[in-house]
Parts: sequence; C-alpha cells; structure tokens
Amino acid sequence: MALHAPPKLEKYADVPYEEKERLFQEVKSDPRFPDYLYGCYECGICVAACPSARFYDFSPRKIAQTLAREDVELFYYQLNEDVWNCSQCFSCNRCPRGNSPGGLITIMREVAVRHGLRSAKEALEGYSRVIYKIMLTGTQVSPDMIQADAFPDWGPVAKETAEKLELWRKAIPPETMHTTSTAWEVSDQTLAELYLIWYMTGVLDMIREVDEGLHMILTDVMEEFLEEKGLAVAS
Amino acid sequence: MDTDRTTGERVFRRDPDLPTPEDIRERVLALEEAGEWIVQRVPQPYREVPTKYGWPKKVPLQHTWHHKSCGQCGHIPGYSTAIFWLHRKLGLDYDDPRDQTSCTGWNYYASATSNAAAQAAVAARNFAAAYATGYFPLIHCGTSYGHYKEVREELVKHGELRRQVREILAKLGKPLVMPEEIVHYSEWVYAVREEIAARRVYDCSEVVVTVHPACHYYKLVQGDAIYDPDIYGGQRTAVVTAVAKALGAQVRDYSMWFDCCGFGFRHILVQRDFTRSFAVSRKIETMIEEAKPDVVLTHDTGCVTTLDKSQFAAQVHKKKVGVPVMSEAQFAALAMGAHPYRVCQLHWHAADYRPLLEKMGIDWRERWREFEEDLERIQRGEKEYLTWEDVDAEVPARHFLPVS
Repeated sequence: MALHAPPKLEKYADVPYEEKERLFQEVKSDPRFPDYLYGCYECGICVAACPSARFYDFSPRKIAQTLAREDVELFYYQLNEDVWNCSQCFSCNRCPRGNSPGGLITIMREVAVRHGLRSAKEALEGYSRVIYKIMLTGTQVSPDMIQADAFPDWGPVAKETAEKLELWRKAIPPETMHTTSTAWEVSDQTLAELYLIWYMTGVLDMIREVDEGLHMILTDVMEEFLEEKGLAVAS
Repeated sequence: MDTDRTTGERVFRRDPDLPTPEDIRERVLALEEAGEWIVQRVPQPYREVPTKYGWPKKVPLQHTWHHKSCGQCGHIPGYSTAIFWLHRKLGLDYDDPRDQTSCTGWNYYASATSNAAAQAAVAARNFAAAYATGYFPLIHCGTSYGHYKEVREELVKHGELRRQVREILAKLGKPLVMPEEIVHYSEWVYAVREEIAARRVYDCSEVVVTVHPACHYYKLVQGDAIYDPDIYGGQRTAVVTAVAKALGAQVRDYSMWFDCCGFGFRHILVQRDFTRSFAVSRKIETMIEEAKPDVVLTHDTGCVTTLDKSQFAAQVHKKKVGVPVMSEAQFAALAMGAHPYRVCQLHWHAADYRPLLEKMGIDWRERWREFEEDLERIQRGEKEYLTWEDVDAEVPARHFLPVS
C-alpha cells in the first residue's frame, strides 16, 4: 500500500474546468505570485522543514509544483483539500530556489475565501469569534477568550484565569492592560480608522462570502459606531 | 563547516561566495527621495547590530513606540509587562500607546479573511500613529514583525499597492510612513543585554536553557534578523541565545531547534490536536531528552503559548513534559529582580515554573503571598489597580544613558 494515497481528483469532477481555471488565474495574477514561485528543484527541503507535512497528508512541494506546472485540476483539489492544513510558519521559505510555498498558500486561501468555497467555510467553522474580535476591537485575542470549556486541554490555569479574570487584569501594572474584552485599551478614533480600512479594502465583502451572519453583525456594529462618531462609510 | 584543530569543536564560517540578496532598506530610502513616502528615522541613541547578510541594523535604545502584541497582552501579560519593566529599570523612555491596533496578522495567517491592501493599510496606519508621536515603533510580536517586513517588501515592490494605501491613509488624514528599520523587541533586548547582565541580582549559572527561535522572526523575511558571529558562528539567529548567555545561563542545543512550535495560527484555536502533538513530540520531548532544560526561552507570542499550554494534556499520555516556558524578557527581568507575579505574571503560565524560581534563588512562596495581598487590597477597594509605582519601588532604576 502506498504511504500517501493519490489525490481523488474526481471528487471535484462536477466543478466546470472553466471555474477551476478562473480561480487558478486569480491566484496566478496576484502581484505577489512571481515573488513566491521560481520553479522547483524537487529537493524536498520544504517538506522536511514543514510541521504540517509531519501530521497531515500535506506537502508544500506539491503545492509549488502544481502551480509551476499549471495543473488546474490538481490545483483545485489542493485549494479545497490541502491549503488549510498549512501552519503558515514559513519554514518552507528555506527553499534553495527562493520559493515561498507558504506565501502561495496565503494567496490560494484568499481566493478560496473570496469565492466562498465550501471547504473554506468548513475550515473556518468555530473561528468566527476571532474574526469578530479582530474586526471590531482592533485586538485579535482578548483575555476573556480564555474559557475552561474552550481550552480544557490547557489544564486548570484556563479555568482559574477565567474565574479570576477581572481581578487578575487589575493586578497588571501597564495602564493600557486592565481590559478584559480587548488585549489592551484601543482609542475610539483608532477603532473608527480600522473600520474604515476594512470598508475601503473590501475585507467585509470577503467575510460575507464565508459567513453571512457574521458579516451582518459586523456591518451593523461598525456602521452604528461610525455614525456615532460622525464618520461616513467610505466607498 | 570546519573543525577547530585545538578544541575539536565545529566552526561555522560564512561562505563569502554566496550571493547576497538586495537590502530592501536601500529601496525604502530611494522611495523617500522619490517623494513616495516619509521614512521615520531611528532616533539617537541607537546601537548597530549584525544581521544575516552582515548588514548593520540600527536598534533604538529609547523613545520607542511599543507596538503591543494581542496574544501577549491578552494571554501572557507578564511578557509585555516585562518588556516595559526592563525599559524602566534601564531608565529608557518609551510610549505605550492606545492609538494602536493589532497587526491582524494572526487572523490573516489563520483565516485569510483579508487581503494585501488591508494588511498594508493596517500596518501603515500604525506606522503613521507612531510617527505622529515622534516615538519609533518597537514591535513586540514576532508575527507582527515578520508580517510588517513582508508588507514593507510588498509596498516597495508594487507601486499600485503603495498608491492604494497612500489614498486610504489620506482619507484617514495620515501620511504614508515607513520606519527606517523594522525592529523587534528581542533585538532591543539583544542590544542592551550587557546592561541587563550588569544589573543581574540572581545567579543563573546553574540554569539550563533551551531556545526556540520564532519562525516569523527569522524565516518569514530573513534579511534583517540578527545573526552574530559569536553565536553559533552566525548560522542561527542570535537573539535570545545571546541574552541567556550574557546572563550566565547554560544554553544547550537540541536537534529540533529549526522546527516550528506547532502554533499554526488557525490550528491553535480550532485544531489543537495538531498543535499539541507537534509542540510536545518535536519540541518539548526532544528538548527534555537531549538537553534537560530548566526553562525554555523564546521570543514570540504564539511560541510561548503553544509550548507552555500544550504540555498539560500530554501528561495523560505519559509524555516527557514539565518544563516552564517564557520569553527571554521575562527571564531577564526575573534575573534582575523583577517580581515573578507583579511583573512577570507567571500565574498565567501553565507549566510549573516554581522549580526554576527555586533554582534561581527566588522565594516564590513569599512573592505569591505579597501578590495575594495586592489582590485582596484591590478586592477590598483600597486600590483600584496595581500600578507602575507599586512595582518601580522594588528595584531601583539604574540609568546607563545621561538623563536629559
């Protein structure tokens, strides 16, 4: 039996080739693409360095080779089956050819999100709370995200932190860090500027593609906040 | 790689024939000349440190704008506090701003629910906010540092992206600013390590340290990370290791030093079976088997979280775990006499740190009793918060620059 099963390309046989080609061209036309792919020696250094390759049936080398060969069918398979396994640690940047398989995967993930692929939605299930935090508070993770039920594998410290959170946060010397729902105190003006950036760069449209409910909540909160501050949502 | 005939040790030398990539900082300055953006200069006094390809890098000593880390402030608050505390004890001026957002890199690498323009605009907004204060950005998070270097490259190489971000910033009433150097806090700690060592009050000579170099510090954009010929012959990044050595600790090598911690950005939040397995089997167990460390030191948010928090569940499987994990800033602060709870906030850590404190000669029971008294005073309403004034009195500042 082979160690790695060959990719089951037939899984996506129902998707028209033109659609796969369109997404491939979108990845290829990203301005960063030429800086991330120069070819492949097939040396396997990226695989040897890759943490995800040790855990999943995943290979940064295959990603680079598929894109270099412009194998549209395999690209579409990887876009759905592989890219979310990447750890985005960029150990693969050790490539002697100068490739960045991790960078290529960043672009592929963006395309997957922008088109609302089901595999992207599934990969991001349970992740909406983090998107909610980063979009609305300006700090990505917050002290109140540590809950015993969310992090049971972290042991008693997670439970104790959650129980004593407010008191423990008051016992931290920096004045900006007495917060519980944000990592530090962010000014209202700063938040307003962040919201305007999300609007002006189309990030909210990307979120609508993967989580319509979250998109609705985010836009409601942001628009109300910006209106309070007398700021219009820029086009 | 050669072998030293006298000592028999391996000697690493740079290959002078290896091609050197371009120094992106030259193009940053050229773009300023072309009127594309403002370059915020590193304020005096600064120290020049060596980088991977031998280029010197300016690290500011003070007047720094602290770009905080969401994961550090949120879940490892002693990390950020220790960085500030070191500045205070060395008498170096800093700004802890409220006009700062997260770099949003964690979310970007986890979910890709963003794009190059948004990421660059978030970075540029923070840079403009720092520029407005006159203080120079000092970036606490390894991912923010790596991501901002990535953003710098993209902005340098793609004029259309620069134009887009410049227009966004103009709508916010801000100029497009690029710092002369992108500086990580661990580079600052490296730069002042001798001053830190001179203020050490606890003996670290019996403390065995293993170092986990953070991927996003030196792999994501490699050029201007610190490499020092005196540390592993310049073959590995020198930050953290140089600090532990300056403090007199025994730094021991282990075979999996290049491996990632297993954080994974998305995985640490929603797929931790991968994170735990990798952190324990490739990093912690290997370190314990090969080096028997008293502490694991690292210099990034995700690495401290992953390597520390992943150990608890592994005990069930009888894995070789049970080593404390912290930043070199926390370790340096402890060595200088910082309070393990008021400053280093070790009660937020999962792996048992008490044996390390005992080895260093720190009476953790007494220090915990003091901290519990603080908590009780806050609960009784006698104090609203623990403040810098409360902890500053414990260890007097010893300035090494003339006080202006």
